[in-house]
Amino acid sequence: MDVGRHPNINLLAYSEVEKVEGQAGDFRVTVRKKPRYVDESKCTGCGACAEKCPTVTSDEYNLGLGKAKAIYKYFAQGIPSAYTIDATICRNFQPGKKCGICQKVCQAGAIDYKQEAKIFELSVGAIIAATGYDLFDARRIPEYGYGRIRNVITALEFERFLSASGPTHGHVYRVTDLAAQEALPEMEKVCQKAVKGLERYEKQFSMTSDEFYGRYESGEFKGGNEEYDKWAAAVVAARKATAELEVLQKKVESIESAHRLAFIQCVGSRDIRFNKYCSGFCCMHAIKEAIIAREHDRDAQVYIFGMDIRAVGKGFEEYRNRGAKEAGVHYIRSRVAEITEGKNHTPIIWYEDTKERVVRQMPVDLVILSTACQPSASTRRVAELLGIELNEFGFYKTASYPPLDTTRPGIFICGCAHSPMDIPESVAQASSAAARAAQVLAGSGTMRLAS
Amino acid sequence: MSEHTEKTMKPDVLEARIGVFVCHCGSNIAGYLDCEALTKYAATLPRVVYAKNNLYTCSEAGIAEIKNAIEQRGLTRVVVASCSPRTHMPLFKSACAEAGLNPYLFEMANIRDQCSWVHMQQREGAQEKAMDLIRMAVAKAAFLEPQQDIESSLVRKALVIGGGVAGMSAAIAMADVGIDVVLVEKEAELGGLLRRINRLAPKGEKAEDLVRDLVQLVLSKENLKTMLESEVTGVGGVIGNYEVSIRNGNGLEIQEMVGSIVVATGAVPLQPHGLFGYNGQNVITQIELEEKLRSGELNARNVVMIQCVGARSPERTYCSRVCCLTAVKNALYIKEMHPDAHVHILYRDIQMYGAENEKLLWDARGRGVRFDVYDVGRPPVVKEGAVELYRPLMGEVEEIPCDLVILSTPLVAPENTPALANLMRISIDQNNFFLEAHAKLRPLDFATDGIFLCGTARYPATVCEAQAQGLGAASRAETVLFKEKLVASALISQVTDLCDGCGYCVDLCPYNALSLEEYERDGHIYKRNKVDKMLCKGCGVCAATCPKGGVVVCGFTRNQLQAQVDAALEAM
Repeated sequence: MDVGRHPNINLLAYSEVEKVEGQAGDFRVTVRKKPRYVDESKCTGCGACAEKCPTVTSDEYNLGLGKAKAIYKYFAQGIPSAYTIDATICRNFQPGKKCGICQKVCQAGAIDYKQEAKIFELSVGAIIAATGYDLFDARRIPEYGYGRIRNVITALEFERFLSASGPTHGHVYRVTDLAAQEALPEMEKVCQKAVKGLERYEKQFSMTSDEFYGRYESGEFKGGNEEYDKWAAAVVAARKATAELEVLQKKVESIESAHRLAFIQCVGSRDIRFNKYCSGFCCMHAIKEAIIAREHDRDAQVYIFGMDIRAVGKGFEEYRNRGAKEAGVHYIRSRVAEITEGKNHTPIIWYEDTKERVVRQMPVDLVILSTACQPSASTRRVAELLGIELNEFGFYKTASYPPLDTTRPGIFICGCAHSPMDIPESVAQASSAAARAAQVLAGSGTMRLAS
Repeated sequence: MSEHTEKTMKPDVLEARIGVFVCHCGSNIAGYLDCEALTKYAATLPRVVYAKNNLYTCSEAGIAEIKNAIEQRGLTRVVVASCSPRTHMPLFKSACAEAGLNPYLFEMANIRDQCSWVHMQQREGAQEKAMDLIRMAVAKAAFLEPQQDIESSLVRKALVIGGGVAGMSAAIAMADVGIDVVLVEKEAELGGLLRRINRLAPKGEKAEDLVRDLVQLVLSKENLKTMLESEVTGVGGVIGNYEVSIRNGNGLEIQEMVGSIVVATGAVPLQPHGLFGYNGQNVITQIELEEKLRSGELNARNVVMIQCVGARSPERTYCSRVCCLTAVKNALYIKEMHPDAHVHILYRDIQMYGAENEKLLWDARGRGVRFDVYDVGRPPVVKEGAVELYRPLMGEVEEIPCDLVILSTPLVAPENTPALANLMRISIDQNNFFLEAHAKLRPLDFATDGIFLCGTARYPATVCEAQAQGLGAASRAETVLFKEKLVASALISQVTDLCDGCGYCVDLCPYNALSLEEYERDGHIYKRNKVDKMLCKGCGVCAATCPKGGVVVCGFTRNQLQAQVDAALEAM
């Protein structure tokens, strides 16, 4: 919001850098502003378009845990507060299809299906790359079962569960239970339709379906009217649907929030197969999520499996102790070997208890994987574009001193594009990168030292 | 409005001409509330001469409607019932100003975030609540008074306290962009803790090279004045105009006016007297080892390092962040000097966070450095020629022979930190490190405007991190120093005639904006409260504390709030 409101910041959202020419103090940058098919200056973010949009897709922001529309805002507080049409699914952009509903409902007249990409050049003195990071794909570790065992989720998915504005409004359920809850309304509809379908026959023959079916079963209506056979089939279908619904209803009624939670640390980090480095922030977010889960549910039992608990920021060690003391978090020094699926979709953790030197198993309701922080997929491409080098880990290469200088003068980086780090560190670094850029703009650049 | 209040109203309140604008915010509000009914209701409220609902009050059309109504209907107060003041108050206020109405005569009712959004499932109750909110805003609006923003000039000069790596980095960065800088260092040389360090992790540069380069840069800047063997002895004034007293190397007091201050006073390694047999001879600290490595006078072949000495303990709860990295780095240098040396690191958690650091750990393991976890309930025991390590796995005590024990002690805040904090009216935490304004979003700011923080004065940091923070603090200070003038909201505390100088409020003010001043009346000397307009944030602690109405916050005066409360209770 501060960025959006700042008079000296020209925010080019939904845009990508195409070319960088020139040198420190005098860069020419070609930017491509992608068409969002919505006029940013007119859109007020009211959301009437998304409400009426008929194309439903899964919600990327909620990691597929909720629903979104073809015209969407990535998340509620996004800046600029404008909607975007996903042309890959919007009906208006599919050959032979038509829609135009959003254009009709938009009272601001902001929808523009003919909008095109804009390409323009910026003249700047310094460049800061803050391109962030991607999370490690947990499917690459098959023994942890992510993608196969449904009650194994990632920490980011768990964050969405914990969020009051998330898909479960802050309640933590097993994914399989959630699926049952979601299936219930659909099942109710099916059942209702099946029961309603019987009414026609009941009217036609002035008889209740139960009475009819009893007599039909005893052979009374055999070989007669074809309608009787159809009615009988409909009764069977309706009874089956009702029975299934009852089972599902019972299941949903008995659903409790997930009480036993286990965090697995270093999923894809400190692992020679994937990333040798430590992702820095995962121990803390595991502890934080454990504490919040416990705040939501006094019966929550949380276990954190890690090789070391790296609580190395200001107040972090104290926070870790608070996790143990107030939220009853159990820290287990171990590298989990495998996760299997037991009865009723229960994940079972297999690990070595290093204190007792035995292999143990622990069934839990949900397993949460703390996945590694990795260079974002676009890092290599951006590096080529900017003419800067990468380091052995795939992050942008920097000098040690000054710490945010890339291999090309006038280009600086900050945040997780540099290496994994937490929020305070990222915010501090962002200010540092700004200071370096200011030095360049002021025509100095003398901070660059021989390394 | 109660009759009593009506009688005591000033004429400008009675004659207020209020316009109310009810916003649909597309479906955000109108989807859950009946905005037309709200508008009709608003028109019936006392002193409301105009009420209008519009699709988006924040759109160009909506803003134009506000301006037109002020001009054509002669509105003297404007109320917008819409979203959050945090996002849209500045826009509506400037619309008022553009139409010639003092922007402080504007009031907002948040019927979206605080009503339609949170009561989506309770439409009837929500509608009533929205009516309450509008009635309250209208009631308060009548009592609003015109105000002027507070403006002040500033001195484009910065003071940096501490000439270590963080302070030097900050000073150079600011000098480079044309800011005059005064760098104060209490020692006779620049460099701080860096001067005692051998090599830097993770890449292995020589610390002395970095010190030399930084000092050279500092000395090369014409607009950077370095004061060695000097100390800050007094800080007065406020953001933009701090009056600083510095005692220089000759014992002379020097006065400087600066617009901003960067605190980079660093930290010192704990001397572990009484812990693990520390003797400074064959049981030493990491920093003492650094000095040995630097001079090359290390002969030990069996070295045991013990981590968390005096840290992560009841008396010092924090993890010092850099000691594991230091230990692993030094272990590698010992192996480099004497490849046949045995180095054994006893730790609790090995904190090699981030990309480069963890790699050092792999390297150390590859070079044969041994790592063992010790149980905090039964820590290692240092004996003559050996360290006893309890191994919980086997339930046995192992004796590790050694000729040198290195204790990894935390960085601790220098002794004079509380005094310095007091001088500048800034906060420290339970470990005596300086306390930032917000742990996540403002890690380099103090709650006191215009003062910034970097390096190990905040919390232990690597040289690389300290330098980045120094640069960061410079850029934070630049955001202040590059302003033409400082502008603050007029919604701050104001002393009334009822103040009798009791001083209750002075102690409680979280921003140190209040002080007592003496004044003369009828030949007698009296005391009364004085508000520093640039320091006051209008939080209202003073007004809530004062038993006699001697201090009020503009925009939240007793009669304004009373009108609002009366209006709220009217529905009951």
